[in-house]
Order: sequence, then structure tokens, then C-alpha cells
Amino acid sequence: MTRPRITIDGNEAVASVAHRVNEVVAIYPITPSSNMGEWADEWSAKGRKNIWGTIPTVTEMQSEAGAAGAVHGALQAGALTTTFTASQGLLLMIPNMFKIAGELTSFAMHVSARAVATHALSIFGDHSDVMACRQTGFAMLASGSVQEAHDFACIAHAATLQARVPFLHFFDGFRTSHEVAKIEQLTDDDLRRMMDEQLIAAHRQRALNPEHPVLRGTAQNPDAFFQAREACNGFYAAAPAIVQETMNKFAALVGRQYHLFDYVGHPQAERVIVVMGSGADVTHELVDWMVARGERVGLLKVRLYRPFSVAHLIAALPATTKRIAVLDRTKEPGAVGEPLYLDVVTALREAEIEGISSFQQMPTVIGGRYGLSSKEYTPAMARAVYDELAGAKPKSHFTVGILDDVTHLSLPVDPEFDIEPDDVVRAVFFGLGADGTVGANKNSIKIIAEETDNYGNGYFVYDSKKSGAVTVSHLRFGPRPLRSSYLVRKANFVACHQYVFLDRYDVLEYAQPGAVFLLNSPFGPDQAFAELPCEVQQQIIEKKLKFYVIDAYQVAKETGMGTRINTIMQTCFFAISGVLPRDEAIAQIKKAIKKTYGKRGEAVVQQNFAAVDGTLANLHEVKVPATAGVPAAVAAVAGNPHAATPGDAATARTRPPIVSPEAPDFVQRVTALMLANKGDLLPVSAFPVDGTWPTGTAQWEKRNIALEIPVWDSSICIQCNKCALVCPHAAIRAKVYDPKALAGAPATFKSMDFKGTEFKGMKYTIQVAPEDCTGCTLCAMVCPAKDKSNPKHKSLDMQPQRPLREAEAANYRFFLDLADPDRAKVRPDVKGVQFFQPLFEYSGACAACGETPYVKLVTQLFGDRLLIANATGCSSIYGGNLPTAPYTVNRDGRGPAWSNSLFEDNAEFGFGMRLAIDKQAEQAREMLVAMAGVIGEQLVDGLLKADQSSEAGIAAQRERVAALKAKLVALHTPEAAWLHKLADYLVRKSVWVVGGDGWAYDIGYGGLDHVIAMGRDVNILVLDTEVYSNTGGQQSKATPIGASAKFAMAGKAIPKKDLGLIAMAYGSVYVAHVAFGAKDAQTVKALLEADSYHGPSLVIAYSHCIAHGYDLAYGLDQQKLAVDTGYWPLYRFDPRRLDAGENPLMLDSAAPKAEVAKYMANETRFRVVQQQDPDRYRLLLGLEQREVTARFSLYEQLTKLSVPNPKSGTERPADK
Amino acid sequence: MDLSTSYLGLRLFNPFMPGASPMADHMDWVKRLEDAGAAAIVLRSLFEEQITREREGMIHHMEITADSFAEAVSYFPRPDDFAFGPDQYLNQVRKLKEAVNLPVIASLNGTTPEGWLEYARQIQEAGADALELNVYFLATNPAESGVVIEKRILEVTRLVKQNVTIPVAVKLSPFLSSLSHFAQQLDLIGADGLVLFNRFYQPDIDVEALEVTPVLHLSDSMELGLRLRWLAILSGHVRASLAVSGGVHTSADVIKSVMAGAHVVQLVSALIAQGPRHIRTLVQELTEWMEKHEYASLEQMQASMSLQRCPDPAAFERANYMKVLQSLKV
Repeated sequence: MTRPRITIDGNEAVASVAHRVNEVVAIYPITPSSNMGEWADEWSAKGRKNIWGTIPTVTEMQSEAGAAGAVHGALQAGALTTTFTASQGLLLMIPNMFKIAGELTSFAMHVSARAVATHALSIFGDHSDVMACRQTGFAMLASGSVQEAHDFACIAHAATLQARVPFLHFFDGFRTSHEVAKIEQLTDDDLRRMMDEQLIAAHRQRALNPEHPVLRGTAQNPDAFFQAREACNGFYAAAPAIVQETMNKFAALVGRQYHLFDYVGHPQAERVIVVMGSGADVTHELVDWMVARGERVGLLKVRLYRPFSVAHLIAALPATTKRIAVLDRTKEPGAVGEPLYLDVVTALREAEIEGISSFQQMPTVIGGRYGLSSKEYTPAMARAVYDELAGAKPKSHFTVGILDDVTHLSLPVDPEFDIEPDDVVRAVFFGLGADGTVGANKNSIKIIAEETDNYGNGYFVYDSKKSGAVTVSHLRFGPRPLRSSYLVRKANFVACHQYVFLDRYDVLEYAQPGAVFLLNSPFGPDQAFAELPCEVQQQIIEKKLKFYVIDAYQVAKETGMGTRINTIMQTCFFAISGVLPRDEAIAQIKKAIKKTYGKRGEAVVQQNFAAVDGTLANLHEVKVPATAGVPAAVAAVAGNPHAATPGDAATARTRPPIVSPEAPDFVQRVTALMLANKGDLLPVSAFPVDGTWPTGTAQWEKRNIALEIPVWDSSICIQCNKCALVCPHAAIRAKVYDPKALAGAPATFKSMDFKGTEFKGMKYTIQVAPEDCTGCTLCAMVCPAKDKSNPKHKSLDMQPQRPLREAEAANYRFFLDLADPDRAKVRPDVKGVQFFQPLFEYSGACAACGETPYVKLVTQLFGDRLLIANATGCSSIYGGNLPTAPYTVNRDGRGPAWSNSLFEDNAEFGFGMRLAIDKQAEQAREMLVAMAGVIGEQLVDGLLKADQSSEAGIAAQRERVAALKAKLVALHTPEAAWLHKLADYLVRKSVWVVGGDGWAYDIGYGGLDHVIAMGRDVNILVLDTEVYSNTGGQQSKATPIGASAKFAMAGKAIPKKDLGLIAMAYGSVYVAHVAFGAKDAQTVKALLEADSYHGPSLVIAYSHCIAHGYDLAYGLDQQKLAVDTGYWPLYRFDPRRLDAGENPLMLDSAAPKAEVAKYMANETRFRVVQQQDPDRYRLLLGLEQREVTARFSLYEQLTKLSVPNPKSGTERPADK
Repeated sequence: MDLSTSYLGLRLFNPFMPGASPMADHMDWVKRLEDAGAAAIVLRSLFEEQITREREGMIHHMEITADSFAEAVSYFPRPDDFAFGPDQYLNQVRKLKEAVNLPVIASLNGTTPEGWLEYARQIQEAGADALELNVYFLATNPAESGVVIEKRILEVTRLVKQNVTIPVAVKLSPFLSSLSHFAQQLDLIGADGLVLFNRFYQPDIDVEALEVTPVLHLSDSMELGLRLRWLAILSGHVRASLAVSGGVHTSADVIKSVMAGAHVVQLVSALIAQGPRHIRTLVQELTEWMEKHEYASLEQMQASMSLQRCPDPAAFERANYMKVLQSLKV
């Protein structure tokens, strides 16, 4: 039978099986497993049936705990059920996993294994999550490649039916889940043959059914529990053989034979590595290479990790084995060794005792850790392990792949060791997220792997930023199946799709001698070489690279492609890489274009065709001179009469430093290396031991990603400061200052007289941070100051960054050094608060992000006394994803203290912070009272009765605290020392709990509800994008009617949860609904009120987002429309008003002025629905309009309710 | 009374049809128009920009964010089928054909011979009885001569004619330097009808926000004069049938239009203002007027006041201009 050869990633390969052999799928998004659920949902939404002819039901739950509960229930009620998850999500499933296993339920789940958060969160792959499930009673099956993941998904589902032991099938997150590879796809017929119908019937028969009822989930006591727990033993004993039988059946059907433990290598091997997951294939590649060179080495791939079969392990190892290294992709601090190591050691020992061991001598076993958080694992590292095994006294415990200069556990690795065969084409592409490089490369792999006999795979590395993100694509093509699950190190093709990357990254480090180098260059073939940094010139010459340039942006512009250069660069790759004959390749690209865009119209297809043709005409080889950095020589060789003169040789450009020499030592030593993509080289000693990092480091990362930046025309500025308010990156700022400070200002520094009374006689400046601006244009869009003679010109216009960069950078440095105005003198309104220093700056959030302006505003208002508990999500990524930190400090060294605990517990996390602060403040107050005699009554009285409701009040209290500390230091008593440590808590702290709607409405809702019910002074900021933004657009309970999202592809039909109304129901919670783009004054007011309210506050903030699908330059207009249509009413609910006998609810927006359709028509999330199914959209639109009207009407009516007389029963006792 | 007329080779039982507008988007409106006595239905225009930009926009907004960040390789679900504006439009043509017994005239708005032309063919396949080609174009580029613009319109018309077998009408703007000549050129390449004239969105200025705000005012009978003149001038000079669009509100407007040479009258503003039933009123009033004035059929009246046949042709020409000016009393 011929099976289709398809090119897909590991997640799709697994989902493809799971969707076809299940009836119920309950899921929750978590990286890197989200795509499996998304595929399943998408296929069900499109009506794809399983092998029994019915469309599986796919349901998104509120958390993984919820998904596990739903799975448990579905299984109990007899459905063939699955789920997908990873990392924290898997941990949340553990309680149900114990039960599912304890009830011997036929079930298989699929896990793209990912690191569990410890000292830091990591979205990348290792086995720490699955290893935390060893005790649940699940069988654990490990696959190591895309093909294996596909095959083992089938084997797991088939085997569990017979074994009754549930299966956790796992594969390496990202490395396998996101690797694109050519595989043979199992047909429906294959799956039908593997899934035994009688066993399925038995599964259903065991289900809860009132036709033949049973009782499950009993409570058992000391008399029964233990024996009953042991009653399942037989099933675990039988499971390994069942899995092997299933593997044999699979082999007979499909031809690929797997074993519980697959041994490869020399039949008389003496040194053996035991490993599971993608590391097995990497080691396999090396073993083949070493055995071919006569070395007696072998590899044992662990497939079935639980139940662990000692007999099968022993049988698989050669009797000649003398030394074994067991590699674990996890860390168990404090354990004797990592889990697989312990299992192997124990197994060998038991085998010896049982007499089933056939070793000539008992092997020595050592254990090592590798590949945590997708750290590279390469043949060179495997080689280092074999070398260690060959040593006189191998390290019992080691690490490989890092440099451990603290505990010296790491093995030395030869960085030059490389065994990739010459007939494998290796290509590396540097691209920008938005330029389509990754998509084009995925497409290229498809073309080559599916249209030729070649095998191909691709892996994609993204950086930590959302805006201006760098992507590095690693592609391989070859005549044999590829086992190289590691990054390309020596490429014969290197492409740099963004010219600026040459200044930031060592792009040509990847080029092997003689490789082809393709550069998207604004400079033509005659000038291109001379313009390169001399380091790059040197590499081109030394490695004898063939150098090509194309001005892809020019071609894109000319062919109407805008800024998408994907098709153009892909065409270049095919034209000069030689991986396919040129004409054939071009024909294939056009075929792919037709396939991708055909449905979307001939015009789009023709436009892409034009881009392909335009590319070939504009692709040029550059003549490379014999020496670098001598422009005269360049001129001679290139024959360019306009090239530089010999005098320019001295000015030959070198790559600029990664960070300024003024940066602090830590930034120079650690951050800079990480920024340069060389973090792998940092030794253990470079790192904090407990995950504690300095803040204020984003300022050293000058990313220069804006093509255009705002330029200020002071002559028409009205000093509204709205530009500074809306800037998501704190890259445009306002300041008032003493005119005398202008002495020594750079020549191009602009300033004007301050308009208004509060700072009369002072100067005013709006200044852009040119190198930190993302060019999103929000500031220019919001600017209301138009030139009366030429309204096209505003006080802020966007202009090309490059010519302005240097002068504006100097201006910005000067601006930052100007003293900030006294906070106590600033009026805390929209305009005034922009004179407060933002303590959140230059984050990696998307350009024009709709969340960060709120976060920034919170730091401006409360930053110097602010603690932030941040839920996992976009805000924790742009807030805390290394290498740099956007949270920073003011001149006094004060600033937000920030932490991310988990996704699900953020409200509780912040609540805990509040408890700690309150307790310590209380203790300080108690001690003040007790020590009033020695401290002084007046000071104590001042400290205790301080009014800290204003900036002036807080400043005064800080002075009192300083005075107190001075006194305490002089006292030299233990009490004084104790109080000294607590004294800072006498200054009021503001605790903000920040997160997205996924957290607040779904996974964290239970905790949020509890925390607002507890009456403590925590402020909750919900950055509501109405969708799971960070994980890629899955619906949340904040998703509105009519929006298409993942898991609601056809458009959501249930209204958005009214979180604000629920909170208002308590009557004791301050609630605000805000949208800074619609009414910034209300936003500022709400944040101030939330902070001032000494109880729980909930601020729900409209946040425009790329997941809404429109040009976010219009984000503010869209916010206005949201408010004007009643889609997003603005209100504040202040319980304090009750005390004054007033209605607590104040509507801050007027009755809807336009239909909500007008708002919805602008966003892709709604238009997708309209374009899929216009009739459904009409219905949903009607529903949403009704919902919007009803909600506004309800609020209006609430504002009219009479409130009880304030004099009766309004005293609330203090919290106890 | 015989109100029947011929337009684009279609035999219509009266000359009334709703002009290109969103009226045909809603089935209930269409039904009411049919009940009120409309003889044909014209759909709103499918814009060239709608075809190309919508596609590009959709692709752009979904793709620009894809494959940028490790956690999210995409932000939107991937439906197999997008019913873009054009697809919905084609569906609407099909639905209308099913729902009413009247000729359905689709309308395409484009000015460049691009890929959107395939929609002319698809519109025919969807069952449209005729196509109105709206060559709405505002010449703002000083580098582009009138000749170039006229050539392009002719080329677009020629291409559309090549792509379809159903009759094609061209909806013209009055801003052409030699309309008579141009109309003959269109006639030569086979335009089956001319619609006089397009109405443009008018720019307005928001003096507070210093912004330009495009507005579309409903027409009134004042606008009819321009059309009457050109109907009268073109009538008899072109083979193509003539439709009047813009300014027909009363039965008097209808009578004048038909006398000037119109084969049909297209109504938009009047129907939006007064509802579909207005057609019934017009039919009634027209019939009464014709009975009173002893006309036997509409065709008897058609083009009776055209330039060729009217008693005072100069009134349609320059002399008229001078006379009107001179009659002004200051």
C-alpha cells in the first residue's frame, strides 16, 4: 500500500492520528502543545470525520485542570477521549491522571514535553513535566521524531484499549512538536486495523451507564484502600508485552518496527548511551558514524518508559556492554540521580539479582543531564559522553551542553566536531517575524520534500520579542531520512533577509567555506561589499563565500507586495542554492503560490508571480575583492567609479557594540552575550542562583527597529501629552524643566515655553527615543495639533529614522538627564501624569500594543511604591522574558518589584504580597507605638497618622521614614534593627495584580473571585484583548459574540462574560471599565481611584491587539468606536460613594451613537466570520447588537437605583 | 396602458428599476420592489478595490503576525473558504435570480483592466441577465490626459464585453470633454447601453477637526436637467439603449426623461426616501398622465424631445446657456 508522504510538524502529525481515533477532545491552550488542539478543533469545525464516520467533539475548557476533569468524565461515560498539553498544564492534570489510571481507563494523551517553571518559566522542551507524572500510573511512551510521534500516537491509542492502563505519549516540545519534516502518513485504513473494535466495545461496556449502573469514585478506608490499590498490578505487569505486541502489529501493517527499547550500534558495543526523545536520533546519527569507524559503541532508545520493563531493557543491551551513560532531559535537585538513570541502575541491579542479566561484566552506569529547555544536543555532545565513558574514571553525574564552572559537572565538548554528510543541503535564514521568512521556508520544505525524492526538515528559532522579532530558520534536505534534530551549524547556504541584522548578529558564523551568502541589501552589487561591516567582509573573503544581493524591499514595492518579501527571498533561495534545477524550482514556487492564494483571487496570484519574475531580474552576484576593508580595492575590483576613495579605508565600518560601554557590568558580561545570540556560551557562574535578575536593562538594548519615528514640531504643539500617554514603549516622553538646564543642549534639541500656570516660566519638550521606538505611529495618530495652514502636517509627523538616529539619540540622552518636575507639584491628570517617569520602558511587546500603555501608566502613577504580581501571558512575556527587563527604577533607585508566579494563581499571588506588606506594616506600627518614647512622640504620631493619599503626602511620609531610620540606626538595639527593616512598609505600597483575560476570565477566575471577596487592598488590572493573545488567539470567556477565534472558528455565539458586573455584585469592590484610546482622562482617574480605594479594585482595560486583525495604527480610533457603539461602555463603580448616599455606579460614556456593526466591520476577527458564513454573521451581529444595547440599558438602570441612607449600617469593621 | 420598453435587449413591462444601491442586498426590500412594480433590479456595485484590497487586507492581517513568535505561530483560525465580498456578491445574484421573476442586472465598478475582470464572467455564470459597468473615476493625476483616461475606459469595456455574452451597459460620468464622441466609441465596441450619470460622493470639510469627510447626499429633481440634456443629445446617435440615473423623483421627471430619450429610469434616492411603494405611485401617475394626454404607449413618447426631434434643438445646446444667463435679472 502506498501512503501519502506529507510535510508537517510534530504537533500536526500527532493530532492527525488523535483526531481520527477519538470522539471527545477536551483541551486548553499551552505552548508548545496548543497547535494539536487547534488542529483538532479546526478539522472538526470543517467537518472532518474520525475513522468511524463521526466528527469528534472538541471543547476548550477554562484550564488544563478543567480539561482533565472533562476528559475523566468523558472517559467514564464511555467516549474515546484524548487531550493535549504540556508543562504547567500537565501538572494541573495530575490529580485526574491518578484517578484515570486508578480506574484502569483506556485513554491516551499527547504531551509536547516542556520545562516546568522553576527559577524561571520556559516554554521550551525538556522532560521535567512528564517526569512529574511518573507516579500517576500512566504508561509513558516517548517518541523522538515527527514520524515516530505520528506512529506512537497510533500505538498509544491502540495499546491502551487492550492494556487498560492509560497512556501519556510524549515528544520533545519545539524540537519535535515544531520541527517540520517529511513523513509517511498513516491512512484511515491503517488506523482502523490498529484500533480493535472489540476492545472499544469493552471500553464502552465499562462505562457508567444507568442501563447497567456501577459505582466508581468511592471513598475507602484503612481496611480496604491498600489492597484495592494493589489489585491493578496485573495490568501493569502485562502492559509492556501488550505494547510490544501492538508495535509488532504496527510493523506488520506499516513496516516500521519499534521495540520497547530499540538498540542501535555495534553488536558488541562496550559503551552505550541510554536516552529517550529527540536526543535518541541525534545520538543515533553519531553512533552510525562511530561504528562505521570501528568503534564499539551503541545506543539504547527508550520507547516505553512506564511501565519500565527490566527484562526488555536487559534483553536489548549487548552482553558486551561495559559502561552505560544514561541521559536525562530533566533535573531533580537533591536526588541521587535523574529518573531514567535511577531506573536503569535499579534495573541492572535487579536483573543481576534475578539472574536474568547476561553481561560479561556488570556495566558501570553514569548519569547526565542534557538539553534542558531545548538547549542544543548535538552529535558533538553525544561524542563527549562516549569519550567520558572511555575515560579512566567517568563522572558518575555530569551535564553536557553547557559550561559548568561552578560545580564542574559539565563535559568538555569539541565545538568544531561535525559529522553532517556533504550530500545534505543545509540552509540558515535570518528573517524578521513580519517579513514572512518562516512561512516561506516552510513552503520551501514542502516543495522540496513533497515534489522530489529528497527528505527535508526545518526548525525555526524565534527570539524573545514580539515586535521586530528575529527568526532563524534551519533547513536541511537530503537523500536519506534526516536524524539531525539539532540546529544547522555549518550551512552551505546562508540568507540574511534584513540588512540591519549584520550589525547585530554574527550571521556568517553559520556559513561553511564555499557557501552561498544571500543578502537583502539596499545597496546594489557594486556598492554592497563596501558597505558591509569589515568583520563580515573578512568572513566572506576567508570562507570564500559566493555573495549575492537583492533589494527585496524595492522589488516588493514595485510588484505591489508591500513589505512582504517572503516570495522574493524564497525565489532567490531556489535560484542560487542549487537545491533544485532553477526552472523546476521557479515552476514549483508558482505552483505553491497558486495553491496558497488561488482561492483568494487571481490578482493576488498574479502579484506574487510578478514578484517571482521581478526577483530574478534583480538578483545579483557581488564580485568579492581579495581583501576586506579597503574601499579603494573594492572600487577597482567591482569596477565602480563612484566607490569610496582610498582615504576612506580608515573609516571602514566595524560592527557596533551590542550594548553601550556605559552599561553596568552585569549587562556587559551577561545580557550583551544573550542579546548577540551567544547566551549558550555563558557559563553557570554567570547566572543568578535563584532566578533573581536586575531590572532596568531594556534601556541598554537599542533595537533600532523603527523605519520611521515621530518628529516634533514645537510651533504647533498644544502640550496635551497624549503622545506620551499612548506610546506602548515609553519611547516618546514629555518633560517640563528649568530653562537654565538647556545650557549645553545638543544643537538639534527642541524646546518651547510651557503653556499653563502650574509650571509658568519653565521649558517643555517632547522627545522621542529614536532607537527604542517601534515606529507604530500611535503618537502621530493621536496628536490633535494640526498645522492650520497645512493640516496634513501635525505636531508629530513620522519621518525616516536612519538620518535622525544619531542626533535624536543624543537629544534623548540629554532629555533623560534633565531633572523631572517635583511629583508633588504635578497635577495628576492626563497631561500631568506624563511628567512622571515611566518605570516600564522599551518592552518587547508588539508595536502599537494596546496593553502596555496601561502598564506604563500604572508605573508612572505608583511605580516607586509598586509591587506587581503578573499572570503568565503576554504581559509576563514582554514584562519578564530575558534577556532584558523593561521594568526600571527612578533616580532614587525605586521602581516596580515584579514577579510572575503562574497563569492560574495570579490573584492569589498578589493577594499574598498584600498580606505580607500589611503584616509588616502593622508590625512596624505596633513597634512605633511601643518605641514612641525613644523615637519621639511627634515623629511616631506623624508616621502613624500620615495622609498618604497624594504625592505630597507620600513624599512627606518618606521623609519621616528617613528620619525614623536615622534615629533607629543610632539606637543600636535589637528592636531598633528589627523596626529598621520594617520601616519602609510605613510608606503605602500599591499592589497590582496584572494579567490578561485568559487569566482573569478563565483559568484564574476562581482565585480572582476569591481575592476580590476578601476585602484586601489589591488592585487588579485586566488587560482585556478578548482572546488568548500570547498562545495565539484561542477564545476566552472574554471573547465577544461574532468573533472568530481558535476553538470558536465559526464565530462565538455566547456573550462575553460581564466580569465587571459580577464584581460589582459584591458591592465592596471598586470596578472600572476603561479604554485609554477613547477617554484617557477616565483611565487615569480610574487607576488613581483604584489605588486610593482601600479594598479590592478591578480595572478592566480594553486592549487592542494584533489578534484582532487590523492595522493597529488605528487602535485608538477603534477604541473610540468601541465606546461610541456601546461595545465597550466606560464606567466606574466606587463603593465609597455608597457611604455618601450616592449611587456607586457612574457611566462615563454616553448612550451608543452608532451600531456595533460599524465597530465589528473593521476587524479581521469578525470579518473572518462574515466571510466564512455571511448568514451566520448576520445572526451573530443581531445577537451582539441586542447584547450591547441590553448591557448599556442595564448599566443605565443601575445608575438610577436609589441607595440606602448612608447613616444606617454603613460602618465596615476593619479586617481581622 | 402599454408602458413596456426595451433596455439592453431585455423586454421590460415598464421603465422603472431601482438603480445600483444597497437596496438589492436585502431580500425583503427586493420583494417589496418587485411587488411595487419594478421591472428589473440593479445590484449595488462590486468595487474593484473591494475585490483586490479585501483579499490583500485579509491576507495581510492574518499573515503579518504569523510565524513571528515561538508561542504563537498564528493568531487566527484557518478557514478553508473565505467568502470575500465578490463571493457574497455572486451568491446574492444567485439568490435574487431564484427569488424574483425580474431581470437581474449586476454592477461592476472598476477602472483598470486587472484580475477582477474574471468576476464579469462569474457574474454571468451566477445568472445575471445583464451587467452594468460603472467606470467611476475621478481624474486627479495631472500627468494623465483625457485621451488616456478615455482609452482606458474603452479598453475595460472591450475586455468585459469579451468576457461575457450578456449585455453590458456602461454607467458614465458627466465629466468627459466630448461625451457624444465617447458614447459613439463605446457604441462601436459594442456597449449595449449607457447609464447617465454616475453620482459621486462629495467631500465635505469638518472645520473643527480639519478633516475631509466624504458624504453622499440623496439626489433631487434639480439634478435631472444635466441628464435630460445628454439624453436628448445622445438619443438617436447611439445604438445603445439609454438609462437615466440621478434626479428622477416624480412622474414628471419620468415623463421628461423618456421624452428626452431614456429607455428606462433608475431610481435610488426617491425609493430610499419614500420606500419601494413609490414605484407604484409613479406607475400610476405616469399611466394617468399618458391617458389624459392620449398617449397609446411609452414608446410613442420615447425620444420625442430628443435633439433630433424636438422643436427647438438649440435649447439643448449653447444658445440655451446664453438665454438662461440673459434671463437672469440682477
